[in-house]
Amino acid sequence: MSKNNGHSTSPRLKTGLAEMLKGGVIMDVTTAQQAEIAQKAGAVAVMALERVPAQIRAEGGVARMASPKIIREIMATADIPVMAKCRIGHFAEAQILQELGVDYIDESEVLTPADEAHHVDKHAFTVPFVCGARNLGEALRRIAEGAAMIRTKGEAGTGDVVHAVKHIRQIVQEMKILTVLGEEELYAKAKEHQAPYELVRIVARDGKLPVPNFSAGGIATPADASLVMQLGAEAVFVGSGIFMKNSTEFADPVEAEKRARAIVKAATHFNDPKVLLEVSEDLVGAMKGLAISGLDEAHMLQTRGW
Amino acid sequence: MKIGVLALQGDFDAHRKRLEELGAEVVLVKKPEQLDDIAGLVIPGGESSTFLNLLGKEGFAKLKGFVRMKPTFGTCAGAILLANEVENPKQVGLGALDITIRRNAYGRQVDSSIREGQFLHDPIEMVFIRAPKIERLGKDVEVVATEGRDPVMVRKGNTLAATFHPELSDDSRIHQYFLDLVTNGKH
Repeated sequence: MSKNNGHSTSPRLKTGLAEMLKGGVIMDVTTAQQAEIAQKAGAVAVMALERVPAQIRAEGGVARMASPKIIREIMATADIPVMAKCRIGHFAEAQILQELGVDYIDESEVLTPADEAHHVDKHAFTVPFVCGARNLGEALRRIAEGAAMIRTKGEAGTGDVVHAVKHIRQIVQEMKILTVLGEEELYAKAKEHQAPYELVRIVARDGKLPVPNFSAGGIATPADASLVMQLGAEAVFVGSGIFMKNSTEFADPVEAEKRARAIVKAATHFNDPKVLLEVSEDLVGAMKGLAISGLDEAHMLQTRGW
Repeated sequence: MKIGVLALQGDFDAHRKRLEELGAEVVLVKKPEQLDDIAGLVIPGGESSTFLNLLGKEGFAKLKGFVRMKPTFGTCAGAILLANEVENPKQVGLGALDITIRRNAYGRQVDSSIREGQFLHDPIEMVFIRAPKIERLGKDVEVVATEGRDPVMVRKGNTLAATFHPELSDDSRIHQYFLDLVTNGKH
């Protein structure tokens, strides 16, 4: 226990904030106005971006950390936590974001990776990090590096939930298997998952990750949010699905707010079909989206990071 | 004796676990009518603006009635909800405690901290996460715990509020204090 009056890198404080976000919806926003809509609609946090994943995907080019000016404007508007993304391995972007005072950094595959071998050493930071994962090994490697929250990757910017489902199912199934194995079998599993044995043992004992496990990448409707939460996600990130009509045009703000409210309610009442029907009925359309089955692997964001 | 934990959003599961360890039967409360079946309620940490949104008018009115009748314990966002005056920004409260509370009063996440405070004059660990501060205490509001000079846990009658997160520490004294309040009605 420290009587600090300064900054602390305690993992408990880092996962503590993630605990507060459970059962909630974290929304991607690109302007202060969108942040205000998100907050009014009941978002638990916003992700401040220059472009949402659907735009990044459509426009191509190198995707970097958002301009601090945009993030600062969003921080000035939002009373809820503000997150921002840095490129995989780009610890200098992370240092800038920490200096700026964001509440969480997403070391994200949505941006163009800055390092082909190393992720950011997240223990070195006061600000907590969230990282994407497609399977248990990837999740545990990120946790070993200091991630205080995991989100399944899905396929960002598509509005297609199929890989969000694939990744949460994969992680949950791999965790279940660990819980029924004998002590002596865990060493080989650690090797197979390419993850630290100590973390594998913790998952085998608890049946869950040692940090909160959220879902992201393609969630566009209240039903999508309910689906991934019924599969074991503890909260959801909704990126392009709220404020985008398609990959280049923004949705009408009134419609966006309606959709945001509906997804917030769906995250809370994820196992109550009556409420889900009620909130779904009010909505007109959803993002057009991009079917992942039509994407070749080179265009997938999820394969970034390892 | 059933204890409810408001489970609209936030760290309700951490409260559930702690209360169950202490032998309570816990109900996760998501619907207004569930309030009829419980002897006491915990309002967890989370985002207070999200809670208000999810409560809606009906839920808010029902909860407002509940907290005047039955023992209620709010932590962080829960404490904000129980107050009658909220600053930064201004926000409605249930008005169960005559206090003024300021949201995010220590700053942002990088200013979150684990400190040692005093609970009923004994040292105790306190986890503050984007925590609020109690800026004004109304008449008859009793200070139960302090950190430095700040009141961080207060009580009036059956209503209890803490600006920190006892559910994130290993110490169970504060939850036991609340359960005693539900059982005995007083200390």
